[in-house]
Amino acid sequence: MTEFYSLLPALFLGVGGMVLLLGGVLAKKTDTTPAVTFGAVVLLLIAAALTLMAPDALLFHGLLKTSLFTRYADTLVYLGAIAALILSVDYNKREKIARFEYPILVLFAVLGMIVMISAADMMTLYIGFELQSLALYICAALARDSVRSTEAGLKYFVLGALASGLLVYGISLVYGFAGTTNFVALANVFQQGAGVGTIVGVVFVLVALAFKISAAPFHMWAPDVYEGAPTSVTALFATAPKAAAMALFLSVMAGPFAHLTGQWESLIQILAVLSMVIGALAAIGQSNIKRLLAYSSVSHMGYALMGLATGTAGGIQASLVYIALYVVMSFGAFACVVAMRRNGQAVEKIDDLAGLAAEHPGFAFAFAVFMWSMAGIPPLSGFFAKLYVFYTAFNAGYDTLTIIGIVASVISAFYYLRVIKVMYFDHGQPQFDKTAAGVGFVMAVGAFVTIFFVAMPGPLMALAGDAAKALMG
Amino acid sequence: MNQLGFPILSLITFLPLLGAFLVATLSGDDEKAAGKARCIAFLFSFIVLVLGVFVWTRFNPAIAGYQFVEVMPWLSGINVEYRMGVDGISLFLILLTLALTPIAILASNAIKTRARSFFAAMLLLESMTLGMFAATDFVLFYIFFEAVLLPMYLIIGVWGGERRIYAAVKFFVFTLAGSLFMLLAVVWIWRHLGTTDIAVMTHAAIPANAQTWLFLAFLAAFGVKAAVWPLHTWLPDAYGEAPVPGTIMLAAVLSKMGAYGFLRFALPMLPNASASFEPLMFVFGVVAVIYISYVALAQTDMKRMIAYSSVAHMGVIIIGLFTFTVEGIEGALFQMLSHGIVIAGLFICVGIITAREQSLNLKNLGGLAANMPVFAAALMLFSLANMGLPGTSGFIGEILVIVGALKVNFWVSLLGGAGVVLGAAYMLVLLRAVLFDKFTRPDLAKLKDLTGREYAMLLPLAVLVMWLGVYPSSFTHAFDAPIAALVQAHTAALNPHMALAMVTAK
Repeated sequence: MTEFYSLLPALFLGVGGMVLLLGGVLAKKTDTTPAVTFGAVVLLLIAAALTLMAPDALLFHGLLKTSLFTRYADTLVYLGAIAALILSVDYNKREKIARFEYPILVLFAVLGMIVMISAADMMTLYIGFELQSLALYICAALARDSVRSTEAGLKYFVLGALASGLLVYGISLVYGFAGTTNFVALANVFQQGAGVGTIVGVVFVLVALAFKISAAPFHMWAPDVYEGAPTSVTALFATAPKAAAMALFLSVMAGPFAHLTGQWESLIQILAVLSMVIGALAAIGQSNIKRLLAYSSVSHMGYALMGLATGTAGGIQASLVYIALYVVMSFGAFACVVAMRRNGQAVEKIDDLAGLAAEHPGFAFAFAVFMWSMAGIPPLSGFFAKLYVFYTAFNAGYDTLTIIGIVASVISAFYYLRVIKVMYFDHGQPQFDKTAAGVGFVMAVGAFVTIFFVAMPGPLMALAGDAAKALMG
Repeated sequence: MNQLGFPILSLITFLPLLGAFLVATLSGDDEKAAGKARCIAFLFSFIVLVLGVFVWTRFNPAIAGYQFVEVMPWLSGINVEYRMGVDGISLFLILLTLALTPIAILASNAIKTRARSFFAAMLLLESMTLGMFAATDFVLFYIFFEAVLLPMYLIIGVWGGERRIYAAVKFFVFTLAGSLFMLLAVVWIWRHLGTTDIAVMTHAAIPANAQTWLFLAFLAAFGVKAAVWPLHTWLPDAYGEAPVPGTIMLAAVLSKMGAYGFLRFALPMLPNASASFEPLMFVFGVVAVIYISYVALAQTDMKRMIAYSSVAHMGVIIIGLFTFTVEGIEGALFQMLSHGIVIAGLFICVGIITAREQSLNLKNLGGLAANMPVFAAALMLFSLANMGLPGTSGFIGEILVIVGALKVNFWVSLLGGAGVVLGAAYMLVLLRAVLFDKFTRPDLAKLKDLTGREYAMLLPLAVLVMWLGVYPSSFTHAFDAPIAALVQAHTAALNPHMALAMVTAK
């Protein structure tokens, strides 16, 4: 019976998604989107509650495993998806892309992410990975009459398919050399070390995962997809799938490949350094806020990987804290981008923000908080995320890595600062349309958490610590 | 808890934050809200000033360690606690902040656009500065130290002069780059000692070879903040472009953060490196005193001239700190207080001229003493104090530093002391150009003397200048104990055999 309870959230999401789909198709009403979106949010909330109450279990003869770690990552996924759905209601309506299929696709994507996070076998990992990817490809091309959106969807699909191919190839190599796809069994096999063939397989798996979290040098798709996809969808891309893929990254590296730390450690370090540096440098020249946030997310993934690069429970804890705070900052920042509309048209240039502080002080303040927090300026939450990663990396003896991280963080402060400069110092009349209540709510929640994290950092850190321990076993 | 059984330091630190929130959420149109916002901001800054004076009355000057200590668990898991406390060094810097914020708020009646945001930023600035001086945990200190940047960046960039954006970005990038090196140093010490409690860190031994690097990191952070020559280049831009209340806070309070950092961290934690960098710091200080004084002499803008004089005085403070004598360090600390008050007075005088819609170009001013005698007297008083005339606060600090330096090196003392002469030179040039000479333009003759609000700003500062100058021991007796302890610990760290002798003597 415990097994049933730990499976319940996933079952609930799957069945609920199908019921909503039927309802959407069969409803006589012309516009069912708000109702379906509401239903999807409620389903996600119930699933979140069920997840938090779910016990630890090993399901289907070791195919899925739930623990505090998976519950932690699942909660982040729900959080990101709920925020993205709230943002989508008003945005999709105004862009005339409100289709009831969107919230349902998000539900299936979330289901895929949950399977992916709880995977304890290479096969379930792949199934979850594909389920979420396919749902997200369609989401990217949601504005099907827009060339940019279609292009984004196609680009995402082609490169995503490549990543999936690499993943399957890597899994097949690992299976071929180790003779099993089960995580526990793999970990046992690798205790004695691994041959060249296995290492090649591991590298392929790692590359596919790096693609999903858009770590440099596998980040090429991110700016184009972020820019082309409708902003409400980009808000989803930047939060839930990132959290899920990062959790998967952690669980694969600390699970089946735990004994190969010596082999993958330097790869992760290279990914971390490249992501931090490329993310910081490439963002400087951007004039589109969505592209800027895409590069910023590349560099954030670099910092999150830095925790993993240490290969310790403390490092994984730091990565988990980073991801949680990143999700909150990210949906907040995207709520601000969603609210950027003038005369019914969405605007995306940074220069469109000129003079915002004089016209909408609250909006500008919230945006400034997210930018400062992403730049890692205390006392905002982004600082603690970085401090914790730097602290663990430095303590583990990775001095060079930490120094590179600090330098990259100074460089990135420069472009975040530019956004604030435009909003506060430049003169202009943004004349933005009235912000929808839902968007304002997401913005306010994000800003509140980002500002007041300093007052109570303990609980999240402790929770992440327990989650990391649950993962390391 | 502490001797009051009440977290008074946290109250003083975070009460302005509540004020900032109230000010920011005021409703109504901009014009009406401006007056209300100023009242609320003044009220909050005045209440915390009263609380601060209360702390001073309950302060025990005989204790060298921290008083009114507060400890609370905070960043669990990485062994960082929320710690606040004051000793004789930080007490007066807190009082300086508390005293100057209401005056700066009074000085901001020219701010009409987005006044709510401005006063919220001012209160936020006060709150973060107070927290920085009261923090006794390094991570907490770092957070406040950095957070000061945010409101200051906005104050310069939104309400500043013509080149405000350049000045704001330069200020931000310089200080941020500097303080990230400090973050690295903090994390290193944290790894080495396993704690970030400043009281523990002060007495822990750090390997001598690591001290060099740590000192350079501290120099990057605190040197930029204190505008030590040659890291001062952001300062004339920031001071020149910031609105007058912002300049007051920058010059009077924020520049002390850097000197405080040297005094609190670099000197006691890194005694070997401090000693070996002593000649370099002396060179920096002497160059600042002499070269920057000449630069000040060449300025044609009143605000920039005073800004450069501020850099020159920071040179004196640096010399005093690195003498490692009780006189020198007390002189530096005293000079920090005196300079804060005097420079605030001078910038208020600048603000008075700008409020009468006059340009600050020295060529366009002149003869103001004829119509504005009280203003002239005030400017004269602060100028004399700035050049260190006996009887004013500036004299005590200068003479103590010179005496301290004389114990160490005659030439440093002589060249550092030259600052008094050079200071007299440029301040007298300034006085002549502003107050005397002839009217350069006829409309200068129509200017009115001080208003009531301007009296309210200048009078307390003038009283403080005289108080510090005539009866300095009401301040120095509180920092005797911590500074004596600091110098003793420094000597002991450099001469291990003497340390042994001290222990046995006890």
